[in-house]
Amino acid sequence: MSRRAPRLGPIIGRVTAVAFVLVAIASAANCADIPLDQRRSGYLDLGRDSKAMQDDDTINPATLWVQDGEALWNQKAGAANRACADCHQDATVSMKGVAARYPAFSVARNGPINLEQRINLCRSEHQQAQPFAYENRELLALTAYVGRQSRGVAIAPPDDDRLAPFVEAGRKLFNRRIGQIDMSCAQCHDDNWGKKLAGSLIPQAQPTGYPIYRLEWQSLGSLQRRLRNCMTGLRAEAYEYGAPENVNLELFLMWRARGLLLETPAVRP
Amino acid sequence: MARPLINVPASVKRGQVFEIKTLISHIMETGFRYTTTGAQIPRDIVTTFSCSYNGEEIFSANLYPAISANPFLTFSTVATESGTLDFKWTGDNGFAESATAKIVVE
Repeated sequence: MSRRAPRLGPIIGRVTAVAFVLVAIASAANCADIPLDQRRSGYLDLGRDSKAMQDDDTINPATLWVQDGEALWNQKAGAANRACADCHQDATVSMKGVAARYPAFSVARNGPINLEQRINLCRSEHQQAQPFAYENRELLALTAYVGRQSRGVAIAPPDDDRLAPFVEAGRKLFNRRIGQIDMSCAQCHDDNWGKKLAGSLIPQAQPTGYPIYRLEWQSLGSLQRRLRNCMTGLRAEAYEYGAPENVNLELFLMWRARGLLLETPAVRP
Repeated sequence: MARPLINVPASVKRGQVFEIKTLISHIMETGFRYTTTGAQIPRDIVTTFSCSYNGEEIFSANLYPAISANPFLTFSTVATESGTLDFKWTGDNGFAESATAKIVVE
């Protein structure tokens, strides 16, 4: 008897260890998503001046890109000598709500494509023109112009079963620790939003206003540029512009922000 | 590429002070930055701005490298007569841009 008693120790220890791991997994799964009613746009945390900048189109520097986008929309391009307007007519009518449901499934790519890629597909297929490079001024301008037509529209990811595995892939990426800092997106933006990282507020990372005019960039930039910023900050190797991983992340973020109103083009610090 | 954005009220009462807001597209490259290969990026900024009200200059400014991209300038003046406001920007590499706005004084 006296010999048996000490043997129970390691067994109990192992059982508690297993139980602890199970609890840890369960709680990790629980805190993955921000409750729907607690989600907030980064706009609410802007300073007074930045809010004023976003609210007034004549002050918002992104309007300069929107204007360019409008000009490009009506400008004939490519071997087909066709403008966006020749097929889609008035963007204020035809493009309303479009940005709210991208990324969407593309049969040609057998996966999701974002708004920039959609614009470039139109360019190469229907206009027979050279696609724009990612982050180039023309592409940002057209994306901002198309996005602007959906301002105030609720983000509504397409109800498409074919997208489900890609949303899941995006979620996995969002929750995966990366880089030398060894942190995941979720550790900041799900678990610690509203707290401070150095002097800055940690936002929820809701992509409500892309492309955004970021004061730090002194320019307009895409969601992928922002994602790559975070990856570099974690000292990870950022995925290339247009890489499927980035599009999956975009898709997951839009799904996560479903129902929030689009503010394109937004202003952020 | 983009036209400058001018924001003035459509009409104002005589003697009233009104605000003029201007925003212009410009990279405002400081001249203090270097490329990854060490080459200096030459300065390219807007250097002067002026606004005239019915031909009379009412506001002017000199701009320097510390001013951010897409300079936003706002100032105010007193409404005297209906007419036009002329805006002019000049800068490095022969940069020149202008814009006009109508103002109705009641």
